[in-house]
Amino acid sequence: MKHEITVTVNGTKHTSEVDSRMLLVHYIRDVLNLTGTHVGCDTSQCGACTILFNGKAVKCCTMLAAQADGAEIMTIEGLAKNGDLHPIQEGFWEEHGLQCGFCTPGMIMASYDLLQRIPNPDEQQIRHNLEGNLCRCTGYQNIVKSVQFASKKMSGAPGDD
Amino acid sequence: MYPAEFDYHRPESVSDAIKLLQENPEAKLLAGGHSLLPVMKLRLAQPSALVDISRISDLKGVREDGDTIVIGAMTTYSELMGSDVIKQKLPCLIDAADNVGDVQVRNMGTIGGACAHCDPASDFPAILLALESEIKSVGPNGERTQSSSEFFMDMFTPKLEPDEVVTEIRIPNVSNIAKATYIKFAHPASGYAIVGIGAVRTNDGNVQLSVTGSVPIAARLSAVESEISGKDLSDDNIKAAAEKATEGLDFVGDIHASDEYRAHLTKVYARRALESLK
Ligand SMILES: Cc1cc2nc3c(=O)[nH]c(=O)nc-3n(C[C@H](O)[C@H](O)[C@H](O)COP(=O)(O)OP(=O)(O)OC[C@H]3O[C@@H](n4cnc5c(N)ncnc54)[C@H](O)[C@@H]3O)c2cc1C
Ligand code: FES
Ligand code: FES
Repeated sequence: MKHEITVTVNGTKHTSEVDSRMLLVHYIRDVLNLTGTHVGCDTSQCGACTILFNGKAVKCCTMLAAQADGAEIMTIEGLAKNGDLHPIQEGFWEEHGLQCGFCTPGMIMASYDLLQRIPNPDEQQIRHNLEGNLCRCTGYQNIVKSVQFASKKMSGAPGDD
Repeated sequence: MYPAEFDYHRPESVSDAIKLLQENPEAKLLAGGHSLLPVMKLRLAQPSALVDISRISDLKGVREDGDTIVIGAMTTYSELMGSDVIKQKLPCLIDAADNVGDVQVRNMGTIGGACAHCDPASDFPAILLALESEIKSVGPNGERTQSSSEFFMDMFTPKLEPDEVVTEIRIPNVSNIAKATYIKFAHPASGYAIVGIGAVRTNDGNVQLSVTGSVPIAARLSAVESEISGKDLSDDNIKAAAEKATEGLDFVGDIHASDEYRAHLTKVYARRALESLK
């Protein structure tokens, strides 16, 4: 069964025809060619596919493209503005929050959700809110520091995002 | 991983959803999809159609109806955690929700979906049982309200017809709750409950306790309740009552934890839950 869906992704409206069973992550990667959103486990465990769906972090390997009809989506490609990295991206850069980078887009989108709810999280809050994201190489220490960097930077310049 | 072929429908109302379920006997309701889609991707379920009810606005949100708190079935865990009514009157549900999966799961998973799925390791059935909640559903023959202990019938089996839609979770007599809590021993990788205990003390001295994770389907710990109710929560009384936590129950075992270990943990967590009711 085919459906017409209209989705706004990183500010651009797309109308496409999708199969009922097309997963949202495949729509984003294979139809829209936004390959920054990764597929790690494909079983809702790792968070590599995390995007913002109507402002909230979700794992889009566990969603249908059809469920996104009418939604506003932001992927990792939507963060940098005019070539300037978003403070969270800068944090991961400055604090060595990545090694291979595979988990990073998902980590950053989950951090975005966190910082919008809790602008100045403590370490425990950062770890709790990133429980849905696994990193197999960096170790979480530097990821925590990256989020702390972003949190400081973002509270210094309100409205920066 | 792609699920097998199916049709997708997004009805505007509960009555349209029921019609679709009647027309498609192999169809399933889709809420947040965070239990259903993973099993469809593994082809453990192959419904002919999905009926997406997640956006029906009548099924969303938290409201008060006298002394009852009503949670719309399609309210997500995060929406529940953001509700002022829940924050003020039932903070135990915030603790329980904050224990479910991770942020992303809480942003999609719904309370109604968690009830209807009857996963033996699910958190909400336990706390909802301890709160003596009721589950309201609508089908072709009208609506009915069941107690949660009737509703949570068996593993993955709610007391629900295939063309019935859960619409509300109702928590009655909220002003009679003196203290309530949900504690959990989570599997360190999946986050699901190896054992979870919901516990409530009412103003008239009753203690209501329930367990999930270690048993085939969430259940009340009646032996503990009758031992402790009406007594003061002294260390000795709590210890004696928690010893009864395994009475009348069958325990499940798997590669993560044996049935004996789960039974043991049930006693330990029953004791801790009772202590936190002091
Ligand atoms: C990575 C991960 C971790 C998780 N960890 C936990 C955890 O720690 N604790 C926990 O409790 N849960 C956990 N869950 C499960 C999560 O809470 C589910 O989202 C929830 O149990 C089901 O809700 P849903 O809205 O996603 O339902 P769906 O998956 O959409 O539906 C589940 C079932 O219920 C039926 N259904 C849905 N709504 C209704 C309705 N209104 N009336 C009748 N039938 C209906 C569907 O047809 C389906 O059979 C986890 C899930 C994932 C993916
Ligand atoms: S790819 Fe979606 S959670 Fe791992
Ligand atoms: S940087 Fe390699 S998985 Fe996280």
